[in-house]
Amino acid sequence: MNYFPDEVIEHIFDFISSHKDRNSISLVSKSWHKIERCSRKRVFIGNCYAINPERLIERFPSLRSLTLKGKPHFADFNLVPHEWGGFVHPWIVALAKARVGLQELRLKRMVVSDESLELLSRSFASFKSLVLVSCEGFTTDGLASVAANCRHLRELDLQENEIEDHRGQWLNCFPESSTALTSLNFSCLKGETNLAALERLVARSPNLESLKVNRAVPLDALTRLMSCAPQLVDLGVGSYENEPDQESFMKLMAAIKKCTELRSLSGFSEVAPLCLSAFYPICQNLTSLNLSYAAEIQGNHLIRFIQFCKRLQRLWILDSIGDKGLEVGASTCKELQELRVFPSDLHDEEDNDTAVTEIGLVAISAGCPKLHSILYFCKQMTNAALITVAKNCPNFIRFRLCILEPNKPDHTTSQSLDEGFGAIVQACKGLRRLSVSGLLTDKVFLYIGMYAEQLEMLSIAFAGDTDKGMLYVLNGCKKMRKLEIRDSPFGNAALLADVDKYRTMRSLWMSSCEVTLGGCKRLARNAPWLNVEIINENENNDLMERNEEDEREKVDRLYLYRTVVGARKDAPPCVTIL
Amino acid sequence: MLSEEELQSNVSVASSPTSNCISKGGGLKVHNYFGLSDSSSVESSTLSGNVEDDKATISLKATELTLGLPGSQSPARETELDEKPFFPLLPTKDEIFSSSQKNIASGNKRGFSDTMYTEKNWMFPEAVATQSVVNKEVTQNIPKGQLGTLNNSSSPPAAKAQIVGWPPVRSYRKNTLATTCKNSDEVDGKPGSAALFVKVSMDGAPYLRKVDLRSYTNYGELSSALEKMFTTFTLGQCGSNGAAGKDMLSETKLKNLLNGKDYVLTYEDKDGDWMLVGDVPWEMFIDVCKKLKIMKGADAIGLAAAPRAMEKSKMRA
Repeated sequence: MNYFPDEVIEHIFDFISSHKDRNSISLVSKSWHKIERCSRKRVFIGNCYAINPERLIERFPSLRSLTLKGKPHFADFNLVPHEWGGFVHPWIVALAKARVGLQELRLKRMVVSDESLELLSRSFASFKSLVLVSCEGFTTDGLASVAANCRHLRELDLQENEIEDHRGQWLNCFPESSTALTSLNFSCLKGETNLAALERLVARSPNLESLKVNRAVPLDALTRLMSCAPQLVDLGVGSYENEPDQESFMKLMAAIKKCTELRSLSGFSEVAPLCLSAFYPICQNLTSLNLSYAAEIQGNHLIRFIQFCKRLQRLWILDSIGDKGLEVGASTCKELQELRVFPSDLHDEEDNDTAVTEIGLVAISAGCPKLHSILYFCKQMTNAALITVAKNCPNFIRFRLCILEPNKPDHTTSQSLDEGFGAIVQACKGLRRLSVSGLLTDKVFLYIGMYAEQLEMLSIAFAGDTDKGMLYVLNGCKKMRKLEIRDSPFGNAALLADVDKYRTMRSLWMSSCEVTLGGCKRLARNAPWLNVEIINENENNDLMERNEEDEREKVDRLYLYRTVVGARKDAPPCVTIL
Repeated sequence: MLSEEELQSNVSVASSPTSNCISKGGGLKVHNYFGLSDSSSVESSTLSGNVEDDKATISLKATELTLGLPGSQSPARETELDEKPFFPLLPTKDEIFSSSQKNIASGNKRGFSDTMYTEKNWMFPEAVATQSVVNKEVTQNIPKGQLGTLNNSSSPPAAKAQIVGWPPVRSYRKNTLATTCKNSDEVDGKPGSAALFVKVSMDGAPYLRKVDLRSYTNYGELSSALEKMFTTFTLGQCGSNGAAGKDMLSETKLKNLLNGKDYVLTYEDKDGDWMLVGDVPWEMFIDVCKKLKIMKGADAIGLAAAPRAMEKSKMRA
């Protein structure tokens, strides 16, 4: 290969797109490193504090597409203070200053401001795609700048963000000349939507394949939208509190029938039942269905809907579907690859007799041979069921089980669920992500360390007995990248046993565990290439000033991550970086 | 289009083969799993004695576990402290996993379960408990009720106390579902008093709604609201009623409509009995009502006796 001119090698590299593979290539030799980095178009940064934008740009001058992640995963569950960090602004400033030809920006759990969006919209002439997931800090004014200034915008995808809705005219800001849209998702906006502007925009976007509207788009508007966009592949509907009359319903059905390309359906945050049944004609084409916000549809009607969806590959649903519903799914959806069952009764105390149990899980595992990803919230589980599931589905890549009651044992034997999860990790040799729950001892971690060779992400809550549990995982799982632990009795011994292990990991999160300030300090001293962050919302003063006695004080929340740029400068007062 | 999962995992199907070879060829290098062997380790001699103790108790044999496949060795065996190990790694020996393990089946070591589920008879080994539970910190996410209960305070054990961030459901999802609940109630809830949501279902309707009983002051208001929610159903089913139903919101309309089409409004009370709505004073009703159901008249025949019973209790009260 070294006898080829650089251009040829670069051309060969063009065929290699996976981040891991490109990272490997860059390690082969100096010349390959150079060719690779100069030709690299897409960069993924799993932790925005592991590197800074200047170094990124220096290494990858041809950057076109950047993915950045900010807050740790447990921020989703209110365990990270709002002001913790993850600001995208410095990145946009640096990219703009260096005149990088940025075309795509994907952000997850980052803080985005209107100012950032405005700067973004003005700095990158070829900007095409903005995807924001679980971000916050901006308003519809920021969206207006993007709409107005990004002439070549193709994709604006807003997933589950906290956006302050100024009920402005951001949809009006798309210029009349803008006809390139392929994907528009504003389902998370809470305010009113300018329907006329939306309809005009959709009408002049012949390439629009994905459209997800917010609650404020009523039924008749949806009908009109679908009528002028029969090419839609992916549709997110709004919410309809009132029953449609006969005529509206017929129009809706007619519009839906024309959407022969429709493969993915979502939204339905509050849907009149007739609207749901209007979609029956196209159910057989669906490969992806998200009814996980349809809180008020009774199980039997969910079941009826799913019975038509024979080609479904991805299903997100509420537990109101019940075990019966999952049994129906198991017999209907033979192509199912990914299933997520969310809890519906988060506020009430009542006993929900239609919620799902181990029976539904076993049924799905038996009926769906292609299943490889599952997120399952349930009230009870047994070892026998998990062992059966493991036998039925050895192909799991992601297995997340959340038993709603912490520390709940096998409800038939009262034993821990160690053996059940042990069976899962032993059978599923390709398992990359695992979340465990229920009553668990150190033994489950012994199994995980022993068998989960490909495991990259592990989430632990209310589990384990001693430091040994955590040690089994740290020592056994060679590919571990993200470990997050809460409310488990792991302490300094486990934390400090193998400091070098953290070089191979992206991050470690421990909250309400047994680690102490002294342990964290020692870790920070032994590993200067780590940022060891202590998050303590109750303390206002600097932890360093307290006396030696406090070394034994338990740390509320610990978040550590490898970094090449040292301690960050934007940490709020509640965060101490040791 | 980017999904959550896609953002999370940069999928590289071509996994590097080298690491697999190393681990397979490792053979008896079981010490890697524990990190407690002589060669590597833990400069932890200055820390607590835990690790040192482990070297004594854990040996090569501890890794010899046999997997009980369904049929060969039932997983639902009698509860024992020393469970037979499950996974075969080497020719079997029955060495137990660790003698320091206690109460696998029956207990949880942490104070959390003790406070949350005090009605269950779970063991609570003092040794570990005191270490993890009796801490002075208030920075734990576990609510203060935990400490209170331990000190035998008079506060009743919380049936399901709110733990921060549990269950692990995204705030966005929680907020969205909560808003859905509120929106289903057509009347604006009163700001001050706590809402009292009950589910309302109707025979034959494909969905159920939730109403906030506190937002009504009498049966008439409840009737009107329910009628608005469910009218189209009865119209849809019976057809011949035309457009009459939608405009009239009078107090008796629901009863007439429902009764005319052979529906009755019933509720489930705190004892789990189904009663006809309307026989007890409103205040008492909202106190005892757990669920509402619009039943077909035929199904409600068995409830005929109930109103009389309620009437008796009303007269007594």
